[in-house]
Amino acid sequence: MAGFILKRLLQAIFVVLAVTLIVSFAVRLSGDPAIMLMGGGGNVTEEDLQNIRQALGLERPFFVQYFSFLQGIFVGDFGRSFMGGTPVSTLIAQALPSTLLLAFTSLLVSIALSVPLGVYAAVNRGRWPDQLIRILSLVGLSFPNFWLAIMMVLLFSIVLGILPPSGMEGPESFIMPALTMAIILTATNVRLVRTSMLETLSQQYIMVARSKGLADRVVLYKHALRNSAIPLVTYIGLQFGGLIGGIVIVERVFNWPGMGTLAFDAISGRDYPVLQGTITVLALFIVLINLLVDIAYGLIDPRIRTE
Amino acid sequence: MSDNKAKPDSASAPLLSVRSLSVEFGTGGGAFRAVKDVSFDVQPGRTLAVVGESGSGKSVTSLAIMRLTDYTGGRIVGGEVLFRPDGTEALNLVEASDAKLREIRGNDIAMIFQEPMTSLNPVFTIGNQIAETLTLHEGLNTRDARTRAKELLQKVRLPDAEKLLDRYPHQLSGGMRQRVMIAMALACNPKLLIADEPTTALDVTIQAQILNIVRDLQQEMGTAVIFITHDMGVVAEMADDVVVMWKGEKVEQGPVREIFAAPKHPYTRALLSAVPRLGSLTGQPLPKRTPVIVMDGGEPKQVGETHIQNTADYTKPILQVGKLTTRFDVGKTFFGRVTHRVHAVEEVSFDIYPGETLALVGESGSGKSTIGRTLQQLVEPTGGTVRFNGRDMAAMSQADRRRLRQEIQYIFQDPFASLDPRHTVGYSIAEPIIVHGLIRDRKAIDRRVQELLEQVGLQPQHAKRYPHEFSGGQRQRVCIARALASDPKLIIADESVSALDVSIQAQIVNLLMELQERRHLSYLFITHDMAVVEKISHRVAVMYLGQIVEIGTRQAVFENPQHSYTRKLLSAVPIADPERERAQTRIEGEIPSPVRPVGQEPAIHQMREVEPGHWVAIEPERLRGAA
Repeated sequence: MAGFILKRLLQAIFVVLAVTLIVSFAVRLSGDPAIMLMGGGGNVTEEDLQNIRQALGLERPFFVQYFSFLQGIFVGDFGRSFMGGTPVSTLIAQALPSTLLLAFTSLLVSIALSVPLGVYAAVNRGRWPDQLIRILSLVGLSFPNFWLAIMMVLLFSIVLGILPPSGMEGPESFIMPALTMAIILTATNVRLVRTSMLETLSQQYIMVARSKGLADRVVLYKHALRNSAIPLVTYIGLQFGGLIGGIVIVERVFNWPGMGTLAFDAISGRDYPVLQGTITVLALFIVLINLLVDIAYGLIDPRIRTE
Repeated sequence: MSDNKAKPDSASAPLLSVRSLSVEFGTGGGAFRAVKDVSFDVQPGRTLAVVGESGSGKSVTSLAIMRLTDYTGGRIVGGEVLFRPDGTEALNLVEASDAKLREIRGNDIAMIFQEPMTSLNPVFTIGNQIAETLTLHEGLNTRDARTRAKELLQKVRLPDAEKLLDRYPHQLSGGMRQRVMIAMALACNPKLLIADEPTTALDVTIQAQILNIVRDLQQEMGTAVIFITHDMGVVAEMADDVVVMWKGEKVEQGPVREIFAAPKHPYTRALLSAVPRLGSLTGQPLPKRTPVIVMDGGEPKQVGETHIQNTADYTKPILQVGKLTTRFDVGKTFFGRVTHRVHAVEEVSFDIYPGETLALVGESGSGKSTIGRTLQQLVEPTGGTVRFNGRDMAAMSQADRRRLRQEIQYIFQDPFASLDPRHTVGYSIAEPIIVHGLIRDRKAIDRRVQELLEQVGLQPQHAKRYPHEFSGGQRQRVCIARALASDPKLIIADESVSALDVSIQAQIVNLLMELQERRHLSYLFITHDMAVVEKISHRVAVMYLGQIVEIGTRQAVFENPQHSYTRKLLSAVPIADPERERAQTRIEGEIPSPVRPVGQEPAIHQMREVEPGHWVAIEPERLRGAA
C-alpha cells in the first residue's frame, strides 16, 4: 500500500507540472493584458503598451515567465494580480474556502440522496419506485446547470421570496448553489448506485447473507453497499473535475465569491497571474481527490489492498 | 399425499415435509413453473439427495424450502413446507412471517452453496462472517463469537484457525473457502443443512475431503442434510435416501440402494446408464463406446452401440512433445523486477499417435491446460520442443505455423462462451474454412457446413440459427463441427465435456469416439474427470504441479497405479455404487501452488519404466528408501 501511494504521489506531481505548463501557455493565447489595462481608449500609443508589458514582465520569453511562475509556486507565491496588484495567494485564500465548502456540501448532499435512492431503486427493480427514480434522474440529467440555477432563483427568490438571489450573506445563501450542484450530481450518482447494487445483489454471497437470517437492512447496507462502492467512489473522483467546472458557472449565476468567479473575472481581464494561480490550485485539488480515491479503494476492498 | 396436519405425538415425525410444492418465475402468461407439485420428507439426522440435471428444478426446490426464492423473483404458488425443529409442532414455512423466517435461517436451517469462490463476501474477514451468524442468533458478544468461530474453523479441519479469522476470502483456496462456508453454516447447530452442489466446483481430492467433513460433522451433530447434486457418485457416497427430479417434477424416490439397484422410472434408468463409472473397463485394454439411454419426448430410447475403439496406430507419432516448459511471470517489485513465476509446465514430454486419445489428467494448477494452449500456439513456450509430423514447430515459418493451426484444433470447455452470439453457427463453422482458404466457392462452403452439422448429429438447416437457440449439448456439437471444419489431424479437447449434464456428456463422448474412428483423429483429452478418461482414452498422463508423474496405457495407469498422486486421484473419485465399501484411506492436504520465487526452480522428477510404456516419476521417499 505504501509503495502504491508513493507511486501515485509521483504521478500526481507530474500531472500538476503538466497542468501549470499548459495553463501558462494557454492564458497567453487569450489576448494582450496591456490592451485590457489601458481600457481600449483612443490615445494609447504602442510605447505605453510596451511600458505596461515591461512593468508586468510580459516582454520576457515564455519559458522565463513560466519558470519564475513555477519557482513562486514552491513558496506559495503566485505573483500579483494585474488589476490592483493584490497578491494572487491572498485572492485564492479568500475564494478557496467558499468554493470548497460549496463543492463538498453538494457532494455530500448528493451522496446522502443518491445512495438510499439508488439502493431502493435496485431492490425494487422494475417496479414503480424504480421507474420513478429513473425518470427523475433522467430529468435531472437533462437540465443544464445554469438553467437550473436561474429557475431556482426565479422560484425561491422572485416568486416565493424566501432565499436571497445571490451573494454570500449567511447560511441561507448557501442553499440554492449547493442544491443546484447536488441535483445534477445526484442524477448521475443515483443511476450508478442502482446499477452497481443490482450487480452486487445478484452475487452469491448476498444469497448466503440472506440464508444466515440477516435482516434486509444488514444485507443491503453492510454486505451489498460496500461491494458496490468502488464504481461510485471512482466516479466521484472523476466527477470532481466536472464539479469544479460546473461551479464556475453556478458561482457566476449566484454571484458567489469563490474560485469560479475569480477565474471567470481573470479570464475576462486577461489577468494571467490570477488565472494561472486559480487553475493550478484547482488542478491540485482534483489530483489530490483522485489520490484519495485510490487510497479509498484499498480501504473498501481488501483484494486491492493486498495486491 | 396431502398430509396437511402435523402429528404432534409422533416421535418419528419427519423434520421437514415438503408437500405438493410448486414454484413459479415471472408473471402472467409468461410464468414458468420451475417446480411442479413436489413432495418429500427429510428425517432427522438423515441425508436426502435431490438428484437431477440442469433445469430439473432441484436448486429452486432447495431455495424454496427457506423461502429464499422470494429474492430471486420466484413465487411459491402452491404447497407447504412443514418444518418441525423440535420434533413436535409443525411450522409451515410457506406462510411464515419474514421475522420468523429470519429466525430460522442460519439458525435451524442453514445452507451451503455451489460456488465457494463467490459465496463469501470479499470485503469482510472470515472471522467476521462466521461471528455474524453467532451474534445474530445466539446473542454472543464479539469476543465469545470470535472464540466460537475459531473452534468452528478447527472443526472443519482448517489449520491455523486463529490466523484465518483475520484473513479475507481471496487469500484462501476454493477448498478452504468451502470449509469456511461449512463452518459458517454449522455455527448455530442447525437441525437441517441444505447443501446445493457443494463440491461441484472443487477438485476431486478436495471434494473427497469436503464430503468427509460433511459426513463426520453430520454424525457428530445429528444434522439432517439435503444434498442437491447432479453427480451420481456423490449420491452413492453420501445419501440415505434419494429424490430424482426431472423437468421440475419428482419422478422417483427411495432409499439409495433401491434407486441404484432397481430404478423404476425410465428417466432414472437413463440417468444411471449415462453415468461414467470408474472401473467399468477393468480388464479391457481398449476404450469402448457403449450405448446411452436418452429421454426422447418422455420415452427412453437407446442410442449408439457397443464398439471397441481400436483406432490407434503406433508406428509413427503425429505429435512429439519434448521437455516442454512454460512459465509466466507474476509479482513485480516497485521497479518492475519479477519476483515470482508460475511454473505452469516443467519439462513435460509425451507423444501422441495417429488415431490415439491421450488423456492429460490433473487438478487445478497442474499445468494441463497450459500444455493445450501451448500446442495451439496461444501461449509461447519457455523451452522444449514440439514436433508435429516430425517437424519442429520452433523452426517453422509463419505460413507453416498458420497451417499447423489448421491441423491442430481446439474444443473449449464452455460451449456458451466459445461461440460468437452475434453470428449464426453456420458462420462460425465456415470461418476456419474461409480463414485457411480451404474452399473458395461460397456454395461449396455452405455444403461443407451442412455436412459437418450432420456429422455431429445436428440438422443441416441449423446453420442459419444463432447460438442462443441451442442447448448446451447442441452448442458443444457446434463447437466440434467448427473444430472439424479445417480437417484437422489432432484435436485438443480441454475439459470439453466437463460442464455438460451426464446424459449429454455420454453422447458427446460417444460422438468424439465415432469421429475419431471415421476421420482417424488424434485427441489430446484434457480433463480432471477420471471416469470419463477411462471411457475415452488409449493412454493416460497424470500431471501434478506442472510435471507428468505417471504415463502409460489407460489399463496400466488405472489398474496398476504406481505414483502416490495417481492413487490419491483415483481413490478420491466418488463411485456411483452405494454397495461399494468406502475407501478407508483419508485424503488430506491442499493442492500446492505452482507459483515460486524467482531463482527457486522446482526439481525435475526422474522417470522409471515399471512395465513397457508405463513410466512413473521416482518419488523422494523412494529415493531415500533406495539410498
